[in-house]
Amino acid sequence: MAEDTRPTKPAREHRDVWITAEEAPDWMSHSTDEGAQTMRLDESQQRLVEQMGVRVDDDYVLDDQISEDERMIINMGPQHPSTHGVMRLQIELEGEIVRRVKPIIGYLHTGMEKTGESLMYMQGGTNVTRMDYIAPLFNELVFALATEKLLEVEIPPRAQAIRILMTELNRVASHLVSLATQGMDVGALSMMLYGFRERELILAFFEKTTGLRMNHNYIRVGGVAADLPDGWEEDIAEIVEKIPVGVADYEDLLKSNPIWEGRTRGVGVISAEECLAYGITGPPLRATGVDLDLRKSQPYSGIEQYEFDVAVGSNGDVYDRYRIRVQEILQSLRIVHQVANRMPAGDYRTDDRKVTPPPRKRIDESMEALIHHFKLFTEGFKVPEGEAYVAIESPRGEIGCYIVSDGSAKPYRMHIRAPSFANLQGLPIMLADSLVADSVATIASVDAVMGDVDR
Amino acid sequence: MTEEPINDAEAAEEAPEAPPRPLPDHPILAGLLEQFDTVEWRLSSGQDTAVVPKSQLRDFALAARRAGFEMLVDLTAVDYLRVRKIRFEVVVGLLSLQHNIRLRLRVPVPAGEPGDDPTVPSLVPVYPGANFFERETFDMFGIIFEDHPDLTRILLPDDWVGHPLRKDFAVGAVPVQFKSSPQVT
Repeated sequence: MAEDTRPTKPAREHRDVWITAEEAPDWMSHSTDEGAQTMRLDESQQRLVEQMGVRVDDDYVLDDQISEDERMIINMGPQHPSTHGVMRLQIELEGEIVRRVKPIIGYLHTGMEKTGESLMYMQGGTNVTRMDYIAPLFNELVFALATEKLLEVEIPPRAQAIRILMTELNRVASHLVSLATQGMDVGALSMMLYGFRERELILAFFEKTTGLRMNHNYIRVGGVAADLPDGWEEDIAEIVEKIPVGVADYEDLLKSNPIWEGRTRGVGVISAEECLAYGITGPPLRATGVDLDLRKSQPYSGIEQYEFDVAVGSNGDVYDRYRIRVQEILQSLRIVHQVANRMPAGDYRTDDRKVTPPPRKRIDESMEALIHHFKLFTEGFKVPEGEAYVAIESPRGEIGCYIVSDGSAKPYRMHIRAPSFANLQGLPIMLADSLVADSVATIASVDAVMGDVDR
Repeated sequence: MTEEPINDAEAAEEAPEAPPRPLPDHPILAGLLEQFDTVEWRLSSGQDTAVVPKSQLRDFALAARRAGFEMLVDLTAVDYLRVRKIRFEVVVGLLSLQHNIRLRLRVPVPAGEPGDDPTVPSLVPVYPGANFFERETFDMFGIIFEDHPDLTRILLPDDWVGHPLRKDFAVGAVPVQFKSSPQVT
């Protein structure tokens, strides 16, 4: 290389990456047998040098002292596809490395807690079911359980079994969406098709039972809206038979796939202590080795009668969260199978006429039934004064409902403790000092549903 | 009164003047509540509830964490406008994994002078997970959490006026303005 006679920029404190032969330190000439290996500008850099008349320095230095202008803040979202909704992440980058993250939420906020104060308990289900739209039955169940706690209503065993059957199917459907979208985000596009293929079986069953594929308003205070449809046993048998076959497909595709493992192992790590400190529940917490599952520790709706295992990970990374979701699908199907085999006979809702409307036949026969029907649908039922917090295990973690009643037919205050909202607090920890490319895999593994976060 | 403070005939004899303070059955809860004279224990819908004065909130939360309540699962507030003398109540849900119990803290927060916001000490130094929940409660109720690291609106836009979950915030009272519309209706 000819000697550079053009004026150079004044020397800076950092080390020059482009070293000319004259500047080459001694160790370079001794490092190979062929003599000094001079690092040369490649052609495009060379051309830049010629055009601009100055030397182009790659002034990124791996040093502790990095000036402010080395850092870049970029916005990811709110319309980024990997955020699965509308979430914005303010990411502070240092080159390719994420240093700090601030989740910015609220784009989907519709004031559902305020709306819930002006709806009767009977109508409340239609409101809460729209929060976590991937797992709506859990919202309905937790709202119904909190109201029933205040009402002190006994729920017949068949209604409880139907509730468990439907929510566990919903857990499977929710985890399938999570796996499908996570696969898509990381690059396993077939996973997207596989996940939605199996989920369709469950949604078809939901449509048959509740009339809707989402926002069911099926689990009501006092029981469920309708009994299971004719031929439900065959549908459940088909689901229990076919979905494990699909899951085997995912295992073939992902479990020991080197690309998948490379993208997920050791990525987005969070420790158990951090999870507990930040109130993170569900698969992200269980992936760290803490076996907190409210179905086991604080069972609801008679789920303690059924046998199942809690899937627990050890590393707290994206891969462990993925493994837990796969295993929870199989465990939930195990519960569904047991519920279907042991479905008790009886009524699908309580016969307490203050809470459930009388059957259609009784209205023609009985004056009292007509009055109950009329009062129930105009005034609603009154809930005794008090307050209660009920929590259940949703696919995303602990979903809780806090209701304050003033003795009227509408809740004085209705608050939903959203698992996604709390789990998002872990995102800055999981993403710190990771690569930008890993952030997509990490966001997908938290599985935050924006309707649940913003409410 | 160290081991079993409940229904202990001897303990009641030792202090005949005042009736024994009601304490929960669970030894961990009883031990925690014993440390604080001003904290009142109640059973609400069969759930353990502690009414904590706001001056002792942080001390109590710290003691609760040391007693085994590892996780703050929920934090919200209720507006008892024209229902109670003390307008707000901050409600904190604690969960202990090792003892498998829950405890709900209820912190009465007076409304403050007109033009002055109600304040309560932040729980972020004790439970970092209170961060988002306190921001949401500030957003919705206008309760100031002292020493919170980043007390900004979380769900509503930054330029929003008012706190919607207060009882005097009417539903639908905010006119929607579109940028393109020449007149504001």
